[in-house]
Amino acid sequence: MTDHLLEVRDLSVRFHTAAGAVDAVKNVSWHLDRGETLAILGESGSGKSVSASAIMNLIDCPPGEVWKGEIIFEGRDLLKITAEEHRQLNGKRIAMIFQDPLSHLNPVYRVGWQIIETMTAHGRPAPAARQRALELIARVGIPDPEHAMTKFPHEFSGGQRQRLMIAMALMLKPDILIADEPTTALDVTIQAEVLALLRELQAETGMGLLLITHDLGVVAETADRVVVMNAGQVVETGTARQVYHNPQHPYTRKLIAAAPGKGEMRVGGSSRPPLLEARSVSKTYGDVPALKEANFTLHAGQTLAIVGESGSGKSTLARTILQLETPTGGEALWKGEDLFKMGRKQLFSLRRQMQMVFQDPTQSLNPRMSVFELISEAWAIHKDLVPKSQWRDRVADLLMQVGLHADHAQRYPHQFSGGQRQRIAIARALALEPELIVCDEAVSALDVSIQAQVIELLNRLRTELGIAFLFIAHDLPVVRDFADDVIVMQNGRIVEIGTARQIFNNPQQPYTRRLLAAGLEPDPDIQAARRKA
Amino acid sequence: MIETLSNADQASRTSPRLLPAVRMLWRDKFALAAAIFLLVAAGCAIFGHTFLSDAASSQNLRGRNSPPFSVEQGWLFILGADALGRPLLARIIVAARNTLMIAGGAVLCSMAVGAALGLVAGYTSKFVSQVIMRLADVIMSFPSLLLAVIVLYMLPPSVTNLVIVLAITRIPVYLRTTRAEVLEIRERMFVQAAKVMGASHLRIIFRHILPIVAPTLLTIATLDFAFVMLAESSLSFLGIGIQPPDITWGLMVSQGRPYLSTAWWLAFWPGLAIILTTLSLNLLSNWMRVALDPVQRWRLEGTSQNNSAETAND
Amino acid sequence: MIRLIRQRTIASFISLIGLIVLVFFLSRLTGDPTDLFLPIDATQEMRDQFRRLHGFDRPLIEQFGAYVWDLLHLDFGDSIRRAQPAIWVVLNAFVWTLQLALITMTLVTVCAIVVGSLAAFRAGGFFDRAASLVSLIGASAPDFWIAIVAIVLFSVQLAWLPTSGTGTVLHWILPIAVLFIRPFGLLVQVVRGSMLSALSSAYVKTARAKGVKNFPLIFVHTLRNAMLPVITVMGDQAAALLNGAVVIESIFGFPGVGKLMIDSILQRDFNVVLASIMVTAIAIFIMNLLIDMAYAVLDPRIRY
Repeated sequence: MTDHLLEVRDLSVRFHTAAGAVDAVKNVSWHLDRGETLAILGESGSGKSVSASAIMNLIDCPPGEVWKGEIIFEGRDLLKITAEEHRQLNGKRIAMIFQDPLSHLNPVYRVGWQIIETMTAHGRPAPAARQRALELIARVGIPDPEHAMTKFPHEFSGGQRQRLMIAMALMLKPDILIADEPTTALDVTIQAEVLALLRELQAETGMGLLLITHDLGVVAETADRVVVMNAGQVVETGTARQVYHNPQHPYTRKLIAAAPGKGEMRVGGSSRPPLLEARSVSKTYGDVPALKEANFTLHAGQTLAIVGESGSGKSTLARTILQLETPTGGEALWKGEDLFKMGRKQLFSLRRQMQMVFQDPTQSLNPRMSVFELISEAWAIHKDLVPKSQWRDRVADLLMQVGLHADHAQRYPHQFSGGQRQRIAIARALALEPELIVCDEAVSALDVSIQAQVIELLNRLRTELGIAFLFIAHDLPVVRDFADDVIVMQNGRIVEIGTARQIFNNPQQPYTRRLLAAGLEPDPDIQAARRKA
Repeated sequence: MIETLSNADQASRTSPRLLPAVRMLWRDKFALAAAIFLLVAAGCAIFGHTFLSDAASSQNLRGRNSPPFSVEQGWLFILGADALGRPLLARIIVAARNTLMIAGGAVLCSMAVGAALGLVAGYTSKFVSQVIMRLADVIMSFPSLLLAVIVLYMLPPSVTNLVIVLAITRIPVYLRTTRAEVLEIRERMFVQAAKVMGASHLRIIFRHILPIVAPTLLTIATLDFAFVMLAESSLSFLGIGIQPPDITWGLMVSQGRPYLSTAWWLAFWPGLAIILTTLSLNLLSNWMRVALDPVQRWRLEGTSQNNSAETAND
Repeated sequence: MIRLIRQRTIASFISLIGLIVLVFFLSRLTGDPTDLFLPIDATQEMRDQFRRLHGFDRPLIEQFGAYVWDLLHLDFGDSIRRAQPAIWVVLNAFVWTLQLALITMTLVTVCAIVVGSLAAFRAGGFFDRAASLVSLIGASAPDFWIAIVAIVLFSVQLAWLPTSGTGTVLHWILPIAVLFIRPFGLLVQVVRGSMLSALSSAYVKTARAKGVKNFPLIFVHTLRNAMLPVITVMGDQAAALLNGAVVIESIFGFPGVGKLMIDSILQRDFNVVLASIMVTAIAIFIMNLLIDMAYAVLDPRIRY
């Protein structure tokens, strides 16, 4: 029983708030062995990170309180040792890397100093630490380690920063590495590289790897065993294959079913009249070209997806067409008329025909306006659309249409969950009865199960109302299920356009192929087969 | 972390908005005490003049500099009497009117003008913005005392003129804050969403930007009220502010100064009134900073979603 | 960096010109110094001669032209009162103010950073509450009132310290102590707030996960990040001190630039008023430039 490297037994953590005590995790038990990778899988709010924070003594008490359970490491209960003893274990025996390496690295110190500090904080001499840092920085694949040490975190790319975090964590050859959503903020191609690096390093050092994630693909790629958490409790434990192929708990089944990318692909290619034609649309910021000569045609009722990694110019393209950015060249024909050459008045009357849903509904809904005010504002702007006497009924209709209740109209955005908020944003876009809705990463910030629901809603609106969608996303499986046609962008340029079936089944460009290959399948067997290939 | 544990009981609690504010105030006892003190001071300012102005100006040469804590001559003399035998308590209550009126007027004027200019500077072209900012620089580097002396030499040192002087010197504070906030808010997603709907500039400014800036301005104004009160007291203390027979607390301190070594209470009590008022304003401003911030408000709210559990999970 | 200095210099130069024009004309609106300087029974001839001597007989715009012309030759004119070049009178006073401001701000900065940081580290604890209360009271106190109460207590009752003047070290204690209180109170609150948000940031979590000890955690990892807003407020306070702590300087009879300015205004010694405004404005400009450079030094992400 006690020969595990690390064992968590019946851990219960509670947070005391003004509203009373809230259980973050209840009776959580799991264990981790040497050389093994354990994944803790869960959506936001599931409490998946809490046990890791307890191991590292990172829970602030108060308001947190670890009121039950034990964490056994080398025969000692980590919940009973002093803060100083914890400090001596942290970084030396148990190390941790985090989701967002930019905010988790100190912005005002050189990365070399920060990496070396892991060793000097534990009393090792600085020259030896420096030597080890140079070795490790080279090992994690950063070119010119000597020079890299003198740079600041913001001077690296996201992937490089995560590599540096890994180097920092491995300085003292820890027995356990805890990785909290290590690749969530990274592009798919970078994610694949970082996960591969983690696997290699684990093989070299034999450390136990605890990986906290919301992504079934990451689990399939890396984990030996998996612990599924929901609402603060462990609902299922088992090997990755077992859990994926033979899930026992209804929650696990729901989670696996919600994973996108398995449905029937749409036919694509539309014969209806063109709604929007972009011709050589360009945008430069100062001297930096963000968008180079984009050409595409969007037909009425068509769903056109734009995919690409960060910095590919996919959002810039949409924002330029909607005139949130001033274009530097080209033309955008809306039913044959150039949007870029229109006067204010003409543009204003066309505004209502094209609406937008943003990535983060928390930020795109004014926090000080009620849902009624948010939705009816559209009619206050475009006065001839709906007479004021009908606003109330119309808001109620729209809320029902997006799957909310009519009496939600008097509430404020912060009283809703993320998925509900995105529904409100969609209702707002629908208020103007548009012919085109631009979705800028509209489902990226949502949990998988919520994501599936919102996609379903968009799907229904498409069939019922015949709205065309310009669907911007970095997540290929979502696009695969939802889009008619797909545009692939890289470095501000369109590299490939085709129907969803063409792009996903028979990609022509090497970049598209690379992008597809880097995506992770939720099935551990497929992932394993891919690794071998 | 987007998902919120929105619970039913919180969702059902929508309007009225005043009641939660009182409940939040109740939870912070220091802020509550401050608010009560300020209400009392405001009451003195409004009603004190009507009831006590005769008592405050009636001289009683036999009671000159009579010491505090004795009620032989009546409860108005509990804090002692001044050099002309006038009861200090009555004088402090009557002086509250000028003191608070000057500070309040100056804060309101400078906030209105400063916020308007700040909105313009933050929302319009770079050139207009630069002109306004240079203007603010000039005001900032113009010593306020010099301005006071100049204005009060040209115009009689009345309450209105003092308000004008103090208001001018404080405009840059609101201007800069408003401009900085506007520059940030106009880039936020909900402003972009309004643009996509075709909202006009006026709508964006008044419907989307101003309501977000307002709480910050209100918080600063509370803090600034204290600052302006101190500035007015300094002017009156130096003899270039309000002139007798009008009184303010600052002037009372100044009038008590020659008697410091013999009758400390003459300068002490009005000074204490100033300190207590500014302290209350500071406390209230600190409370408002939390109460008006939707992200931090849960600390004061009785029922709210559980943010700390969320942050622990992300 | 050069670009920043150039931009700032141009902007400040424009405001300085505006300031000079404004002060020149406005101050002359307050009246003619002739009556203040000559005895009441002075003859009309004497008055005319005085006016001619100082150029007050000419039209305002001509006086301004002459003043600007002299200024371009770095001639700030003479003080009517002291029959010395105005700039010397001002610089003499400014040296006193500069010393006072430097000593006070150094003390304020060191104390506020230590107290504010420790209060933030154990937020909600006894030290935090005590520090918050003390700093709030400090930030709320009218300095002239503190000054006279302190004089009564320490100079009159206890007779430990002199009431006014500048002779010995003892003379400096009360003015510095009184000037210390308000900036200290304000700065403690700013440091505490800034440290609180920095302490809850992600990189502090990383440092704790690395096993960094508490002392370097607060004073190395967090403090440097928390310094930017602190420096801004520090600058405002220092600027107020450089402008001359008028009230405190007059209460303690301290020959600084604040007292000089108010005296000169009351005596209509226009050249001295203008010179002191220019000197303090330039000093504040230099200080703001130093603050901008401090930003860049503290935070490598800021590049000009």
